[in-house]
Amino acid sequence: MRYEAPESVEGAVALLAGGGPRGRVLAGGTDLLVQLRAGMVAPELVVDIKRIAETRKIREADGKLVIGAAVSGAELGEHAVAKALWPGVVESTELIGSTQIQGRASLAGNLCNASPAADTVPALVAAAATCKIAGPNGVRRIPVEDVCTGPGQLSLGDGEFVVAFEFPKRPPRSADAYLRFIPRTEMDIAVVGAGVNLAFDDGGRCVAARVALGAVAPTVILVEEAGQALVGTTCDAAALQEMAAAASAACRPIDDKRGTVEYRTKVAGVLATRAAGIAAQRAKESR
Amino acid sequence: MAKAHVTTTVNGDAVEFLCDAEQTLLDVLRDELYLTGSKEGCASGDCGACSVIADGRLVCACLMLGVEAEGLAIETIEGMADGDQLHPLQTKFLEHAALQCGVCTPGFLVAAKSLLERNPDPTEIEVRYWLAGNLCRCTGYDKIVRAVLDTAEEMRGG
Repeated sequence: MRYEAPESVEGAVALLAGGGPRGRVLAGGTDLLVQLRAGMVAPELVVDIKRIAETRKIREADGKLVIGAAVSGAELGEHAVAKALWPGVVESTELIGSTQIQGRASLAGNLCNASPAADTVPALVAAAATCKIAGPNGVRRIPVEDVCTGPGQLSLGDGEFVVAFEFPKRPPRSADAYLRFIPRTEMDIAVVGAGVNLAFDDGGRCVAARVALGAVAPTVILVEEAGQALVGTTCDAAALQEMAAAASAACRPIDDKRGTVEYRTKVAGVLATRAAGIAAQRAKESR
Repeated sequence: MAKAHVTTTVNGDAVEFLCDAEQTLLDVLRDELYLTGSKEGCASGDCGACSVIADGRLVCACLMLGVEAEGLAIETIEGMADGDQLHPLQTKFLEHAALQCGVCTPGFLVAAKSLLERNPDPTEIEVRYWLAGNLCRCTGYDKIVRAVLDTAEEMRGG
């Protein structure tokens, strides 16, 4: 195995494009090193993207937040601006692993590990975040929900890697929230995760809603019907009930040791309802 | 494949070493630098026995490549005592009998030090969450948590 730590995006692309299918990107390494150790992957080349300044920065300009691909959970959790703008994204990141894992684990790593149960992904999808992807043909941007195509599978081409996450401008009276269910208080993998992002008009009516679910399908899913059930309402009990039904109806989970199909389907609606409640409350308090 | 040459700082000392790309920081600390205080428990980031501080961040040395240490400041359990003078956490761990077999202890000490540097007055809940990535199969954790809280109080001058 060869290790390279380029200092530019172009340098990383050249290495990855030349490395063939057995090149792997290293950000925080909290998944990759475990897979290396277990012999699940045997890359010929590992490209560490942490020496590329852009991957390590959190920037905010004109209300739009940009989070570098390799920013650690601990760094994100300490960033007051990021927390104020996207509390759901930040809380989804901080739920991952221990303090030690937080010291290294990144958003891009969580996304590109392509687990259906990744905690940050429902929050990123609900936030309508975009991935800035660099590759041999330059830079392109795609919605976060278009990056994973199945468990362990990505839509990225040879030589491509995620450089940063770009967030839309936060409208007034809007906020997000993320909840996951696990049978203990921390250090576990989601049985179900729900990210909700809501915006309201000055009369308290919901004008935009995105609901995304994790661990209930081969990839994280954006449930448009669930969002639509809230738009135009005050997120009253009846609307939330309709939203929960739409969320549960979109689930295509598996049975495994963490939960059954029936259980996950039910919990998805419950969690989405609770996350919507938190997002609505935050939006009300925002201004 | 030629070994990589890495220049780093360990416990304040400039250190150079050669390593293979596959070697973790934990492998390098133990097998190349003979700093065997950091332990390998799980080698998958679950147990925290290899906890070290890299550029101010608490991390598992088993989840970092040795080559990634280039230019970083690494702090290990070996740097915790000042010569024969134990760190207050070490003293309190002894007083509270916050260890039995001792394999997890270096990781707990490094993790607790990292907590108290950020938060000199943690609640019990904050201590328990901060140390959730450090596993101890002997003590049942209560003695460890009490030792950390007692150290915090002492270090605050209480």
